[in-house]
Amino acid sequence: MDNPMPLEERQLTGAGSGVPVIAPGHTFGSVTDKISAIVLTRRTPIGWYLGFMTAAALTGLLLVSLSYLVVEGIGIWGNNIPVAWAFDITNFVWWIGIGHAGTLISAILLLLRQTWRTSINRFAEAMTLCAVACAGIFPLFHTGRPWLAYWLLPYPNTMGIWPQFRSPLVWDVFAVSTYATVSLLFWFVGLVPDLATLRDRSQSRTGRIIYGALALGWRGSAMHWHRYETAYLLLAGIATPLVVSVHTVVSFDFAVAIVPGWHTTIFPPYFVAGAIYSGFAMVLTLSIPIRAIYGLQDFITLRHLENMAKVMLVTGLIVAYGYTVEAFIAWYGGNAYEGFMIWNRITGPYAPAYWALLLCNVIIPQILWFKSVRTNVIVLFVLSLVVNVGMWLERFIIIVTSLHRDFLPSSWGMYQPTFWDWSTYLGTIGLFLMLLFLFVRFLPLISIFEMRTLLPEAKGEQ
Amino acid sequence: MHSPDVYGLMAEFADPNELVAAAHRAHHEGYRRMDAYSPLPIEELHEAIGFHNTRLPLIVLIGGIVGGLAGYLLQWWASAVAYPLNVGGKPFHSWPAFIPVTFECTILGAALSAVFGMLALNGLPQPYHPVFNVPRFTLASRSGFFLCIEARDGKFDLSRTRAFLETLGATEVTTVAD
Repeated sequence: MDNPMPLEERQLTGAGSGVPVIAPGHTFGSVTDKISAIVLTRRTPIGWYLGFMTAAALTGLLLVSLSYLVVEGIGIWGNNIPVAWAFDITNFVWWIGIGHAGTLISAILLLLRQTWRTSINRFAEAMTLCAVACAGIFPLFHTGRPWLAYWLLPYPNTMGIWPQFRSPLVWDVFAVSTYATVSLLFWFVGLVPDLATLRDRSQSRTGRIIYGALALGWRGSAMHWHRYETAYLLLAGIATPLVVSVHTVVSFDFAVAIVPGWHTTIFPPYFVAGAIYSGFAMVLTLSIPIRAIYGLQDFITLRHLENMAKVMLVTGLIVAYGYTVEAFIAWYGGNAYEGFMIWNRITGPYAPAYWALLLCNVIIPQILWFKSVRTNVIVLFVLSLVVNVGMWLERFIIIVTSLHRDFLPSSWGMYQPTFWDWSTYLGTIGLFLMLLFLFVRFLPLISIFEMRTLLPEAKGEQ
Repeated sequence: MHSPDVYGLMAEFADPNELVAAAHRAHHEGYRRMDAYSPLPIEELHEAIGFHNTRLPLIVLIGGIVGGLAGYLLQWWASAVAYPLNVGGKPFHSWPAFIPVTFECTILGAALSAVFGMLALNGLPQPYHPVFNVPRFTLASRSGFFLCIEARDGKFDLSRTRAFLETLGATEVTTVAD
């Protein structure tokens, strides 16, 4: 850092936006106590129990759905030729996309020195991990024989065969598993100093043992901090190209195929922007209730919500550009199948979903141009739900409408989701929320040590 | 020089600036075997105690290169040597198709070496360390700032070092049992 002071001061006083990233009057001790108390001393709110139980019930539905699938086969889903990919891959892409905001906030905003990211990065990273876990379930169970999923990995075997490395689906295995591993490492490394805080502040023996083991004996040594910060910065630098590559590779799953509606070069950037769009929507969906329930308005301020709304506005416009180019090229390219594909999206049997997608992702989010909307917590919460739905519809439209009209009319078909399609999808939402409820209860949901660095005390101004 | 059951002397300071100033003075005084402890990373502190560079970036670079090479060689060997399969007339060694996996393996190698390299250089996990014997050291993860001069330092002398630390403005100086 050459000259961080003016920047820090501007952010702390909130000059330029009117709202600070951390409320005035906090000290090292008060920040530590307030965040660690959520885990260690405060009574767990009744809302936590209700939410956790609801999420656990939905997770139970997921277990039933997956067990039935293993017994009966993937025929219980509505997928059939020509629509061999449907809810499963839609949900996979949706979940992976949601995860991207976590890495963007923790890595890219760190490199860009956006210190406002500090109070939301831990939470967003946890969201990434939970989302990737939910995403992984879909391709795994879509194989139909999940116990043979290790066949996807390259390992010497008695069958004498190897994965087909020219296939985007194999690239995807590497991209998603690397993404899951690096996200986990990044999250855990960020947690280590805070786990030491919990170890030192826990009143119970069990707490001291568990947090102590996880803190790896962290003692805040200056030499350790130096290597730690070096490692953290390097990880951020590594995670930045990774997060861009993951959704690029996911888009290759489609773009490398010759299916009209998939075979287009706009897919990688448009998928990455869409991922960030949906991810920020999900961060808002989760952080708005959490800051209200745990009284964290001092740390997750309106400034954060407004900045996230701005990121959504920008990425939403990039996504809108993607839809426009898709339609334009379908017309301008003069390919009959491509032209039919887009016309079928607009007027065909799935047209209501297409128009709902445009409404949710392009038209309604334009209200974000108004500052009064960006600082209205309730409107932002509702809007974030709308964008979540819109981004799910986008993947559904891309996958199902492109597949259901094959090149020959004799191969045309329709896809209707079954009960088990819906129950598996709802079940993963339950799993996602259940894991997040556990995270909020047992780990500090805001990075305590990074919050300390934002205080005026850290700069020697008492 | 020192009794075997003393690890060192630990001085507590009120804020980060005092800790950095104290570390500078101690280093200037000729003390070399010391460490500072703080609840947040402090930019200039590692230099104040005389610790300059870490080999970590080199380890990460090597990890990334090894990961990338391993990923590429795996694909080449599997696709061109062990299991050559004609896909649409493409060459067996179709390198452009191998780029995405090579890239991901580079990232994986670099990330694993960044995390495990950092932990290894820091000597973590380390469940026991003498500094934890100081009761007030639990504040090192909340709001306390500590400087510990270790007994294995050549200049260390229990009474003189204690007197020196007290001149630095320490709020409290404690003997750390080993």
